[in-house]
Amino acid sequence: MTMTIAEKILAKKAGKSSVEPGDMVEAEIDYVMVNDITGLPAFEVFEKFDCQPLREKTILIPDHYVPNKDVASAEQARAMQMFAKKYDMPNYFPVGTCGVCHQVMIEEGFVAPGRLIIGADSHTCSYGALGAFGTGVGSTEAASAMALGKLWFKVPESQKYTVKGSLEKYVMGKDIILHIIGEIGVDGALYKSMEFYGSAIESLPLADRISISNMAIEAGAKAGIIPPDEKVFNYLKDRVRGDYAPLYADSDADYSEVYEYDASEISATVAKPSLPENTAPASELSHITVDQAYLGSCTNGRIEDLRVAAEILKGRKIASDTRMIVVPATKRVFEQALSEGLIKIFLDANAYVSGPTCGACLGGYMGVLAKGERCISSTNRNFLGRMGHKESEVYLANPAVVAASAITGRITDPSEIE
Amino acid sequence: MRSKIAGRVWKFGTNVDTDQIIPAEYLVTGDPAELAAHAFEKARPEFAGEVREGDIVVAEENFGCGSSREHAPRALIGAGISCVVAKSFARIFYRNSINIGLPLVEAAIVADDGDNLEIDFKSGIVKNTTKGVEASFPPTPAFLQKLIDAGGLVEYTKTQIKNMGM
Repeated sequence: MTMTIAEKILAKKAGKSSVEPGDMVEAEIDYVMVNDITGLPAFEVFEKFDCQPLREKTILIPDHYVPNKDVASAEQARAMQMFAKKYDMPNYFPVGTCGVCHQVMIEEGFVAPGRLIIGADSHTCSYGALGAFGTGVGSTEAASAMALGKLWFKVPESQKYTVKGSLEKYVMGKDIILHIIGEIGVDGALYKSMEFYGSAIESLPLADRISISNMAIEAGAKAGIIPPDEKVFNYLKDRVRGDYAPLYADSDADYSEVYEYDASEISATVAKPSLPENTAPASELSHITVDQAYLGSCTNGRIEDLRVAAEILKGRKIASDTRMIVVPATKRVFEQALSEGLIKIFLDANAYVSGPTCGACLGGYMGVLAKGERCISSTNRNFLGRMGHKESEVYLANPAVVAASAITGRITDPSEIE
Repeated sequence: MRSKIAGRVWKFGTNVDTDQIIPAEYLVTGDPAELAAHAFEKARPEFAGEVREGDIVVAEENFGCGSSREHAPRALIGAGISCVVAKSFARIFYRNSINIGLPLVEAAIVADDGDNLEIDFKSGIVKNTTKGVEASFPPTPAFLQKLIDAGGLVEYTKTQIKNMGM
């Protein structure tokens, strides 16, 4: 019986020699993570169980509306703090120590190949970039997993995406996933696990791979997995918690669909409102002016993303009718950006730099859009009113396009201003 | 879960995302009634004021895509929605609904706002009595039915905890 990576991880965690798509399994989870928004309902549910949480497996990361945006979000963040205190939770990362939850999960060594990790946040699929099966769940199931250490899963069908060749300058992992979603649609991988292969994927830095896995959910996928290699193993040295065992697909594993792409044909890509599948080359959208350029999030808030943007912004100024907001994903990213002089470059360009938060990405705070405003954003969703007023617009792009657009005040392919 | 329900239709299109169901700025509570006050606020501003207990949401493909927020099915429960019928559901929304007891039916039924729908879970038939058309839907997978019959994931978990002697 041959298996894909997703099937191998679920089989192992369910204690079975093999599984196939459609099987319902109860599988042991390695970690369960909640954020400040999904945490509160999870804690309320958990209290009904009258038991102790699995302390080592449970991770609490406030990131969406912290630092608190208003009284209600303050109460919510405090509920997490109280829960952490009550049960003496070792893996609670309060404001000032952490940042955007998925990047924290990766930096802190919770994510490793072969692991099954759930998070009450849809972008938990990011962990596939390190060869883990990461998937988003709801608050009630997070609470259940905090008590039981296991959860039910339907074994998904797997799809194989092969991207060969090499990317042009300023074309990134983000463009690969936007391009794929543009082709298969926002339900093109519904209920399925995407697996990514090929020379273009292999040559990508881990940061870009995380962007790809991160947006698997925008195609409806349950997971977005990349076979782990030396880059992943090196990243995990001195970082990973505990042991791990990589799992790989059998060479003759069954995939429900197989897609192939040539990386050299993928350009800097933008997803227009109001779905991530609504893609076009950035170069074809140069007539569209932007009021805001946003650089940050679990999709593109890593040091590599900040470096790309800083290279373009160095010695330049943001357009007078545009504002730019830069939000390093975590404290570690912020520190690194400071020591490399990137923060100075952003400030000199008149960008606003803040500490880590998810805030603006989901229209919470720290960059909400007014009626009719338009934002070029390195985030992952451009749904109706996602970043603010229902008549505001979000255009999704890679960090280089965001930076170039901030300078010109309109959507700009970075090669245009080289 | 009741074996038959009937209700008035609210019709939506494809790819209804969870930001539409409950905008993120209201994610500061898990309370279904509080969330219901802002359900579909940006996409269908009249929804919260006009929705009635027992109404049914009907949609096309990929209902509930986007975020994992359980607040979305909670908001619908708070609004009194008795069932969501769609051609397909986004997976986290599907899981959340099953886990917290919002009935979902995967069926392609022709319907418009205000039509009356009858759903028979035993026979797996959804009827639009206004238009005189019907569609069938597959039974819930056995494991999920066990979960639903146990009273949702909370009750299921409680039983498991008892059995494990935790």
